[in-house]
Amino acid sequence: MKTASKIYTGLVMLFLFAPIAILLVFSFNGAKSLSVFSGFSLHWYEELFRDSETLGAVKNTLILAVSAALISTVMGTAAAVGIHRLRNRYLRLALDTATNIPMINPDIITGISLMLMFVFVGRLFGAATSLNFGTMLIAHVTFCLPYVILQVLPKLQQMDQALPEAAMDLGCTPLRAFLKVEIPEIFPGVLTGLIMAFTLSLDDFVISYFTSGNGFQTLPIRIYNMTKKTVTPKMYALATIIFFVILAMLLLSNLLDANTAQTVKEAKEKKKARK
Amino acid sequence: MKKILSVLLVGAMLLALLALAGCGSKDTLTLNVYNWGEYISDGSEGSLDTIKAFEKWYEGEYGQKVKVNYTTYASNEDMYAKLSSGAVSYDVIIPSDYMIARMAAENMLLPLNFDNIPNYQYIDESFRGLYYDPQNTYSVPYTYGVVGVIYNAAVVDEADVGDWDLMWNEKYAGQILQFNNPRDAFATAQYKLDLDVNSTDHAVWDQALAELKTQSPLVKSYVMDEIYNMMESGEAAIGAYYAGDYFTMLDAQAEGVDLQFYYPERTNFFVDAMCIPSCCQNQELAEIFINYMLSEEPAIANAEYIYYASPNSLVYKNPEYLEELGEETVDVLYRFTDNFNEYLNQYAFYNLDADTLGYITTLWETLKIG
Repeated sequence: MKTASKIYTGLVMLFLFAPIAILLVFSFNGAKSLSVFSGFSLHWYEELFRDSETLGAVKNTLILAVSAALISTVMGTAAAVGIHRLRNRYLRLALDTATNIPMINPDIITGISLMLMFVFVGRLFGAATSLNFGTMLIAHVTFCLPYVILQVLPKLQQMDQALPEAAMDLGCTPLRAFLKVEIPEIFPGVLTGLIMAFTLSLDDFVISYFTSGNGFQTLPIRIYNMTKKTVTPKMYALATIIFFVILAMLLLSNLLDANTAQTVKEAKEKKKARK
Repeated sequence: MKKILSVLLVGAMLLALLALAGCGSKDTLTLNVYNWGEYISDGSEGSLDTIKAFEKWYEGEYGQKVKVNYTTYASNEDMYAKLSSGAVSYDVIIPSDYMIARMAAENMLLPLNFDNIPNYQYIDESFRGLYYDPQNTYSVPYTYGVVGVIYNAAVVDEADVGDWDLMWNEKYAGQILQFNNPRDAFATAQYKLDLDVNSTDHAVWDQALAELKTQSPLVKSYVMDEIYNMMESGEAAIGAYYAGDYFTMLDAQAEGVDLQFYYPERTNFFVDAMCIPSCCQNQELAEIFINYMLSEEPAIANAEYIYYASPNSLVYKNPEYLEELGEETVDVLYRFTDNFNEYLNQYAFYNLDADTLGYITTLWETLKIG
């Protein structure tokens, strides 16, 4: 039984990580082939940093992901606070459902309907082109928003509702109570929402494909369009770099988490000792 | 207080949006180019970065800065969908032959002013008056290609080589690759049986389907660009693809694999040509760009990068370029230069009516489902 479970875990790990491992190994291949490994080389990394189109696409993707994540986090947190404070149960339920629609809607429908709307509004105002960076940003905020709300709302519900009231009793203005008491309470939810929005925006293809205009191309679209010829190993190099950057971020955040958990634990123990 | 704050927040967001959307100063011209992915020399492997070179050349020549927004698409249909949505504006596009015919018929292309494209003189007679643009009104050819059969000589018997029959040879069951796209796949059967690839007669397509059905037990898989890895590694032994791509595979073939290439008697020809769509914002600048692409240095750089044949005599008559390719490669890539017009008009895919296209799609599904 024990060996069976070990084999099972091994297989799961293999299927999860073999593709990444292969990509990683072949990004260091000297030749262009995916079948022959002809020696270690940094050739494709050099090529990657000389490819201004791809680097431009990476830059575009990052600009879009960061701005979409920031905007949808601010809007989503505000929306969650608003929904949380609604007294009318039915209204709250209705709003909750409405914000979830973009999340359960298939991407392709969201993409096409957003494109149609942008074109329609653009025509209404007589613009020659209606798709640009702005429309892509609106689209990305649209599909990130529900995820942020979904992260923040439970934190608000978990929070002791008497806390902000107590703060106001003790002389805080409502704004100050919100900033000093509520925000720190829900902060983990806000942060998770921000990170989720960032990653969702980073790897979105379908919606971006429909809402991208001339001159602003993100990385997933650029890689997809390489399929007339073949995807160059430069992309393996790029994927490897992205993988390691994300791995480093993950390790760092886990390390920070462990650190804060440690200090919280120590503080609690000190308190106990004092008692 | 809260209301004021939220109004301020919304205001700040809108301002940020406007600021981002309004990027780019007025003194710089913008040119939006929409091309196939990996279809221009981009500076890798020490080649010329054509787009950057154009920007620099233009500033030197006209004393004004120009910014080229270069974006890509994966198929003619993707490009057509984007343009016909009316939501974007491009100045230069590079569609294939049948798509040019369709877009010209739908008034989606502007007639070119050849006074701004003097380098058009280097496009030889055999690349003018092609079926999709008989009056040379809308397009300047960029590259062309011909489908041939690629095989691994380490596996395939030299005696079996010849025409399309190799792709139906039972001896190589499980080692044959077929196109994963209805038009190209049906065409292999149609050329084999000497049928018209542009027929609107359902019976012709039924006949081709029957031929493909006899082939399907022998087919390893239906592929598009996956063919590169499968042929290079020796995983598959026979497949049809474009001549230029054969040389790309040759450069990357594994040890023990010996890739060879030949043209069947009847086969597919295509041209990709530079056009100006009707949504163009600056036609003169677009024409200057097209003209620059035809000049010697960028044209050769592009031909070397893409590895397809060039219709530009500055390229295919340039001794250095020919020497760089080598005699064998030149023979394969440029075999059809002299009578290209005839071949293309006879064997290219024409734009078919919606009814026939629908019928082909239905047949294709029955083949794939089995």
